[in-house]
Amino acid sequence: MAQLTYRASVSLAIAQSMRKDQKVFFIGEDVGAAGGVFKATVGLLEEFGKERVMDAPISEQAILGAAMGAAMTGLRPIAEIMFSDFLAVCWDIVANQIAKTRYMSDGQINIPLVIRTANGGGSKFGAQHSQSLENWSMMIPGLKVVAPSCPSDVLGLMDSAVKDPDPVIFYEHKSLYAFKEEIEQTDISIPIGEANTLHEGKDITIIGLALMAQRAKEAALILKDKHDINAKVIDLRSLVPLDLQTIKKSVIETGHVLTVEENPRLCGWGAEISSLISEHCFKNLKGPVTRVTTPHVPLPSADILEDNTIPSVELIVNEVIKKLKGE
Amino acid sequence: MVDKLNDDIGEEKRLQLWEMMLKLRLVEKKAYDLFLQNLIKGTSHLALGQEAIAGAFGVALKQGDYTFCTYRGHAHTLARGSSIEGVLGELMGRQCGLMKGKGGSMHLTDVDKGVMGSYAIIGAHLTIANGTALASKYNKTNEVSVCFFGDGTTNIGAFHEALNMAKIWNLPIVFVCENNLYMEYTPIHEVTAVEHPAADRAGAYDLDKIIVDGNDADEMLRTAEKAIAKAREGKGPSLIEAKTYRHSGHSRADPGKYRPDEEVKDWMENKDPIKNYRAKLLDFNINEKIISEIEEKIKDQVEKATEISMASPIPEIKEIYTDVWANGGSEWHN
Repeated sequence: MAQLTYRASVSLAIAQSMRKDQKVFFIGEDVGAAGGVFKATVGLLEEFGKERVMDAPISEQAILGAAMGAAMTGLRPIAEIMFSDFLAVCWDIVANQIAKTRYMSDGQINIPLVIRTANGGGSKFGAQHSQSLENWSMMIPGLKVVAPSCPSDVLGLMDSAVKDPDPVIFYEHKSLYAFKEEIEQTDISIPIGEANTLHEGKDITIIGLALMAQRAKEAALILKDKHDINAKVIDLRSLVPLDLQTIKKSVIETGHVLTVEENPRLCGWGAEISSLISEHCFKNLKGPVTRVTTPHVPLPSADILEDNTIPSVELIVNEVIKKLKGE
Repeated sequence: MVDKLNDDIGEEKRLQLWEMMLKLRLVEKKAYDLFLQNLIKGTSHLALGQEAIAGAFGVALKQGDYTFCTYRGHAHTLARGSSIEGVLGELMGRQCGLMKGKGGSMHLTDVDKGVMGSYAIIGAHLTIANGTALASKYNKTNEVSVCFFGDGTTNIGAFHEALNMAKIWNLPIVFVCENNLYMEYTPIHEVTAVEHPAADRAGAYDLDKIIVDGNDADEMLRTAEKAIAKAREGKGPSLIEAKTYRHSGHSRADPGKYRPDEEVKDWMENKDPIKNYRAKLLDFNINEKIISEIEEKIKDQVEKATEISMASPIPEIKEIYTDVWANGGSEWHN
């Protein structure tokens, strides 16, 4: 039993995958000698050497292009894009090339690669280093989208992502890097596409991802202690593939649903979930599916502004009370 | 008398090159005919007039080497040995097509032949070609990756990112700029800071400045062989700028009227790589009968492949939902 941070679980997860499979290599900016700007890849260069841990220039297209080409030959690259916001400068490689090449080639080409990237707000970095961009990749056919909320999920989902024959975008949440968990077994595997229940309850279903899943769990504890409301908190863990069955099962029990998203409102993943619930569970609903998101604004930087933009535990608590008690 | 024929290239390889270029020319002409008959839909970007470049590399490369080309890639695909019906069938959206109609003219892919895809977003594939080259280096194998692109590509960021990475990691790759003087509809010199769009940038990445007459098949072959050998020996990347000219417009929609008549006439009449190479073979005292027999053989192959393609069934509608994922399907939730 050891206590592990989310940050340390990233480097451990990569190391475990690299120890198991010589085909796995790691490429990114400042990832080797510097150990990553978030210190999430410390020790990898020392263990695996320059041939497998490659410090790349600030060339996001070249990084992902090289990872894609290598994956086309059967290697299994893990590529880092330092901040998920930087995906915008290499989005052609992600959305047009990596995502579509398997389909366009009629299955001649597999692209087994992982793009891991630091995502989300909470660090007061402003609008270009804080975004939650899972929904960007969710809407592109051919990409799998993973966003772990705790160290054990980082370990288990990274293992599956590296072994996956399809491209996986692995969103690590910056505000979770210091999150700690007692871990018994580090060499674990969690299938991509299985949601996790963070809190049991039959009054309402709260659906979250990454940091928002953890905040939803905190909200559920308060709701139980102070308001006698039992909320089921579902941590999706991946948007594609999506565990619709777990959502359906809970909605049938509770009849109330709140999604909690860190992204701006329009076209957030919660809208797709809401649509699916309407299609599949309409008769079970006791009220409208509602969404908590950041407002439709770029993220501001100042403490008070950012803190009041990203959904807080308090906001989630209040939304649930409003839904269930009409207050 | 100098034995011209038995020089560094020799008769056998010249005839191979002749056959290759002729195949590329006649298939492109057939593609054009099929368009006029409305049997090929969508768009197409023909490489008529540029055959010596793809042809020379086709002759120079080995099985196992990787090639990446652009949406103007029918010729480059055929040059690796892909079947004519595979190419024409794909253009016609038939089941016999290389990707059974899933990709179309701009995305020809034939992994078994080392054709790692045709790319329709300018510049992207230079970075991806670095990846197969990186894999060869990582696996300590000696394949070479070759990436073809047009002059317009030299002004997009990915070109510069890719050249820098190839150089710093000493990758076994050859970048081939086919400078056909026009970036789509615009003369390349009007939109480029340097005279030679690729070669004048080579120095920025510590690469040699290589400019070759891309319509001189022999010179093209020599240049290709040299760069490929350098990459195979672990001596790093090359950037070649091959000057050429397309006989037709940029794409199906473009009659190419922005080009001066005199310029088009000069390239068509005096600098056509196929016409000139035929004359060269005769000049080298290769029997015209042999040259003509190859012509007849290729014509016959193209006709037969056209018949096969036209007889091939169209794809089944259920194919829409296949091969998004490696499990063969398109489901995204349970």
